Amino acid sequence: MTESDNIVAETAERIFADLADAQTINSGKDGAWKAPLWYALEQAGLPLSWVPEDCDGSGASLAEGFAVLSAAGRFALAVPLAETMLAGWLLAQARIAAPSDTMTVAPAHPKDRITLNADGSLVGRARGVPFAKGARHIAVLAHGADGVAIALVAIAACRIEPGLNLADDPSDTVILNNVTPLALKPAPAGFDQNALMLMGAVARSLQIAGALESMLDVSVGYSNERVAFEKKISKFQAVQHNLAKLAGETSAALAAASSAADAFAHAESFDDALFLEAAAAKIRCAEAAEKGAAIAHQVHGAIGFTQEHILHRFTLRALAWRDDFGSESHWAVELGKLVATRGADELWPLVASR
Amino acid sequence: MTAALRFDPIRLPPECEVLRQEVRAFLAEEIAAGTFDPHKPQREDSDAPEFSRRVGERGWLGMTWPKQYGGHERSFLERYVVTEEMRVANAPTRRFFVADRQSGPVLLKYAPEHIKMDILPRICRGEVCFSIGMSEPNSGSDLFAAKTKATRTDGGFLINGSKIWTTSAHIADYMIAIFRTSPPTKENRRHGLTQFLVDMKSPGIKVNPIAQITGQYEFNEVVFEDVFVPDDHMLGEIDGAWKQATSELAYERSGPERFLETYYVLTELVRALGPNPDIRGAEGIGRLVAQLHTMRRMSVSVAGMLQAGKEPVVEASIVKDIGTIWEQQLPHRVRELAAFVDPDASNHATLDDQLPFAIKTAPKLTIQGGTTEVLRGIIARGLGLR
Repeated sequence: MTESDNIVAETAERIFADLADAQTINSGKDGAWKAPLWYALEQAGLPLSWVPEDCDGSGASLAEGFAVLSAAGRFALAVPLAETMLAGWLLAQARIAAPSDTMTVAPAHPKDRITLNADGSLVGRARGVPFAKGARHIAVLAHGADGVAIALVAIAACRIEPGLNLADDPSDTVILNNVTPLALKPAPAGFDQNALMLMGAVARSLQIAGALESMLDVSVGYSNERVAFEKKISKFQAVQHNLAKLAGETSAALAAASSAADAFAHAESFDDALFLEAAAAKIRCAEAAEKGAAIAHQVHGAIGFTQEHILHRFTLRALAWRDDFGSESHWAVELGKLVATRGADELWPLVASR
Repeated sequence: MTAALRFDPIRLPPECEVLRQEVRAFLAEEIAAGTFDPHKPQREDSDAPEFSRRVGERGWLGMTWPKQYGGHERSFLERYVVTEEMRVANAPTRRFFVADRQSGPVLLKYAPEHIKMDILPRICRGEVCFSIGMSEPNSGSDLFAAKTKATRTDGGFLINGSKIWTTSAHIADYMIAIFRTSPPTKENRRHGLTQFLVDMKSPGIKVNPIAQITGQYEFNEVVFEDVFVPDDHMLGEIDGAWKQATSELAYERSGPERFLETYYVLTELVRALGPNPDIRGAEGIGRLVAQLHTMRRMSVSVAGMLQAGKEPVVEASIVKDIGTIWEQQLPHRVRELAAFVDPDASNHATLDDQLPFAIKTAPKLTIQGGTTEVLRGIIARGLGLR
């Protein structure tokens, strides 16, 4: 439904439509769809969208890559495309060349810290790392005595405690026990863990908003087919009002996520205004996911609660993505502290800064 | 894909930032001069004719209208900035706001040239106050049910009946109203309504105040007894006001005034909680600010659509639905979050003063300008459900 205004996103949409159709995946049940999908994505250079061309990437702009993530959300994509893109982006901050295979990033939780030892090895634990199990490499942000560093690490060198998110996609604990990275460079000035969390939050916000768009579509479509009490349920005012609320939550998520993405794409530094955009997007998209998923299931009745129906592919991922790169509770506290520190009279100038 | 919802991330252009600083400086001067108290949203002095003229002198009325009618040919985004700064400062905008937002654009579109030349420049100078006659006793949001009649007479129409919930009718110079010129047809319930410009000084008009539970007085019942309206005061097509009135509502439904009416209690909450709020207070502020920011970005996006000449009826309805529910819930959330602040603290005083008023104001916010239920009907239509 969103017009793709760039060729990168159009390519992604076409691949998703051909190889990541929710109905086909849901009926397949065996994961056989993943290999041809990933192959097609790699051939199109999408996983390395944010890696500059001179680092063997595709050199797409941030805006182009964000549009890919929106599309990935609309398809509730369950392969590590967003994660590989984020990893490539993180490595590119330190001009580390990205390998061309599946990657993820650590830490993915704002409270986890990975430490850079004096000998250049890494130690620490990162929880809730999406798609770590099965990925080949992990881009790591670490704190050393001399500041923040970015490293490329082979997953094989880490200990992985496998876990699953709400939608049964991998969400693992990665333990780095004095691991020697494949590449290690200092992060640029001003780049810290908060920057990684904010970027991850924007990525997840776009995916959640995309999933909500699909929930709305699937729900509207279903209400126009399902007959109850001798009428299409779309003709009942109560159902209409529920779908109107779902459209409202979807709109809020879309507006918040696309605004934050736009702010990132044009940002010159990680300032308070950018923080507001990213944190607000993650908070509002998570709230929309909660309300939206409830409405979508309500409209579908019991059928939407079954494994056979595709609805759960969207609702469970939208709900699961709330937890990555800072939950809405985390960002709300951080944003609240920022507002409190700046003081009451600075609240409106902050909100009205764009 | 069924729904085409778009909220593009419009960025306000640099001239808006310059303008914003000008408006802030102007409001600071007015506050210093004692024109209004930004901490007193419940003031009784909201009808401020001199303030209205000074806003006109600055060129902030009729901002988007053609210069030939006294307008300034500036963008909807610039107008947006002026509106939100006035609203956040609790400036007394009652006298000019309706004319600037709605009535002027209606006249621009539908009034004959000599009326435009007469009235629009006066609106731009801040000299004219408008009210809008839509709701009637026993009809409310159901405009199809409007019964007040405009009957053909020599050289014009005679109006008989009444309008209700008419904001500012007691200070208004004009009203733009819809009246029934013929009965609805079986095929088209929307048929038979016509829009008119009514001079409030016309003989036969009686304005009866309706006091609100806040203690304020904004709404009125307006009774028409054989009120003469000349032919050239008919706006647009006879029997065809439905489409005119609904496109007008896109202006009424998406602006910053649709989520900022109780904003002042959020500022005062931040003040009351201080620089080191506990975790509950911090999270509460964070969520409210995230919601506010999102709504504002949606509203700016709709302003961008208006600027691009679109008619974002569904998007505007969504902004009003979410926005008014937010500004309605805000005083209650603020009350909860302020519960653990020492009631004797000095930074609590303004909040204590404002919160009861905000809570009393809240129930009306989801009614004015189209109820939540009506808006959701419009959104459902946009989704292809009706």
